[in-house]
Amino acid sequence: METLKIAIRSLKINKMRSILTSLGIIIGVSAVIIMLSVGEGAKGKISKDISSMGSNLLMVMSGASTSGGVRMNLGSQPTLTMKDAEAILKDCPSVLNVAPILSGNKQIIFANQNWSTGVYGITPSYLTIGLWEIEDGRAITEEDVKNTMKVAILGSTVVTNLFGDLDPIGRKIRIGGMPFKVIGILQSKGQSGMGQDRDDTVLIPITTAQKKLFGSDFPGVVKFINVQAKSEDSLYSAEDEIKALLKDRHNIGQNKEDDFTIRNFTEMMETVKKTVATMTLLLGSIASVSLLVGGIGIMNIMLVSVTERTKEIGIRMAIGAKAMDIRLQFLIEALLLSLAGGLVGVILGVSVSKIINLCSELTTIISPMSIFLSFGFSGLVGIGFGFYPAYKASLLNPIDALRYE
Amino acid sequence: MSLIEIKNIIKTYETGETSFRALDEVSLSINSGEFVAIMGASGSGKSTFMNMLGCLDKPTEGDYFLDGTDIMSLNSDELSKIRNLKLGFVFQGFNLISRTSALENVEMPMIYKGISLEKRIEKAKEMLKIVGLENREHHHPNQMSGGQQQRVAIARAIVNDAPIILADEPTGNLDTKTSIEIMNFFVELNEKKKKTIILVTHESEIAEYAKRIVKFRDGKIISDELK
Ligand SMILES: Nc1ncnc2c1ncn2[C@@H]1O[C@H](COP(=O)(O)OP(=O)(O)OP(=O)(O)O)[C@@H](O)[C@H]1O
Ligand SMILES: [Mg+2]
Repeated sequence: METLKIAIRSLKINKMRSILTSLGIIIGVSAVIIMLSVGEGAKGKISKDISSMGSNLLMVMSGASTSGGVRMNLGSQPTLTMKDAEAILKDCPSVLNVAPILSGNKQIIFANQNWSTGVYGITPSYLTIGLWEIEDGRAITEEDVKNTMKVAILGSTVVTNLFGDLDPIGRKIRIGGMPFKVIGILQSKGQSGMGQDRDDTVLIPITTAQKKLFGSDFPGVVKFINVQAKSEDSLYSAEDEIKALLKDRHNIGQNKEDDFTIRNFTEMMETVKKTVATMTLLLGSIASVSLLVGGIGIMNIMLVSVTERTKEIGIRMAIGAKAMDIRLQFLIEALLLSLAGGLVGVILGVSVSKIINLCSELTTIISPMSIFLSFGFSGLVGIGFGFYPAYKASLLNPIDALRYE
Repeated sequence: MSLIEIKNIIKTYETGETSFRALDEVSLSINSGEFVAIMGASGSGKSTFMNMLGCLDKPTEGDYFLDGTDIMSLNSDELSKIRNLKLGFVFQGFNLISRTSALENVEMPMIYKGISLEKRIEKAKEMLKIVGLENREHHHPNQMSGGQQQRVAIARAIVNDAPIILADEPTGNLDTKTSIEIMNFFVELNEKKKKTIILVTHESEIAEYAKRIVKFRDGKIISDELK
């Protein structure tokens, strides 16, 4: 208790030096908190993306993943058909739902406005699997698909760019020169974790896409099939079932290369999530290096302080201070410096990551864990790096210390 | 047994390859209540002897009993305790802690004795009053004259009621008038408070205040006379 007061007093005497010494810890602690909060934020965003994309998703693409060693543009070879999609739904027990897709880029024109974007030929199951909601108007129905209707649903980005403030429902647009009627608007999903605008999309019935918009030699051709497995556990069995089924349907022998590729989305996102977690850890460790450097700064100053105050130590010993009293005094000084620095660092780190959250596109989440961790670490740094100077001070011989000039 | 019993102490300083005997088989006993002046030429070993007496340094050889305690057998923490309770120091260079008020300087020995804050302040104020500095409590050493600083040091030396006061040239940095003032404090402490006082000085006028004069030459005692 007394030693604490003595330590506070001598820190006050050297105010400027104390502040500068703590600066290392302040920067270290706030850097750790900011880095971890940015990482947590990215992780949170990706988790949200995964759930908004729809759960337990697989994507079957036409074309091999590699072709003669050259990576081909997936979906570029027309090898999948509507029949394949139907077969997957019927014959694979782990599959809950399928959504065949035929897509391509087209110019969309309304009045004198034009906008180029991806046009997706779909069936109603596309909306169910992808968790798309209709904001206004109606969805594409089985009827639309059966009758090759020239109707379209627009994403909000397309609406803004073509219609401005006008209500698009019921209006005529041209897609690739062909007239379509707008029947609905999709609820906005915003950007994906990869920075892709998911609202920049136009949906039309798949039959219309096949027969009219993307004129093709193969009837019933599709580029992708989105597949929803019954549960997370059945994702892998679904993948195996689809593979076996398509190999059989496409007459591909055991050692021949597949003419399709299956992607596991959930798995991909999990991988991204893990990568972000690793990045966060990495950034956090880099930041904690600065904490360590701050600690060395404290040791440095404490060592200088021991030398500078050798005479004071001698006087204190002459009038009765024991080695432990001297050791505690310097240890507490170091601990106070680092804890005060830690506290200011926590406040600074939390404020900065709040500001980042408000003023930039990055999302930050401050976990209590990161505060606890960095504050605790700064305490450890204080004890760790304060110990040596304190120990050194306590070893001084009173008469040598007194004689020191 | 006397309060201080020193038998055949030797202090050898090793500097590089040569070794030097600063104290050469010194024996001395001092009784409680004595006022001893130690004199001698520069380099004769007076300060070295005082540091042994004050338990600040250990003799290379010999025996030292203080109030019946065998000082040679104590470890450094036990020596700290002896210094805290039995000995009060007054140095030539004052040795006050800078940027710390007079009151806090006087308080300090009591911190290490483990006395509560209120009692410390009360006692420290009382001591400063005894040395006539009741209106300088919050002055720092650099805001006081040499005489005032030495009086703070005296207040600090007596605050734990130590029976022995050791003073190494306490007036060495002071003018004659202030020296007389300081010496009167020592006489008063010796006569009224029955403190044992051992003081080193060059000047015979200062030694006059003492009742016993011990003279050193080349690390040996050459004369020891009572007045
Ligand atoms: N730490 C030390 N290392 C080596 N030699 C020392 C040390 N301290 C003192 N000496 C030597 O011991 C001798 C006695 O020194 P001491 O300080 O006791 O003399 P003194 O009588 O107090 O002199 P003065 O009157 O000048 O203060 C001197 O020759 C000195 O050089
Ligand atoms: Mg001397």
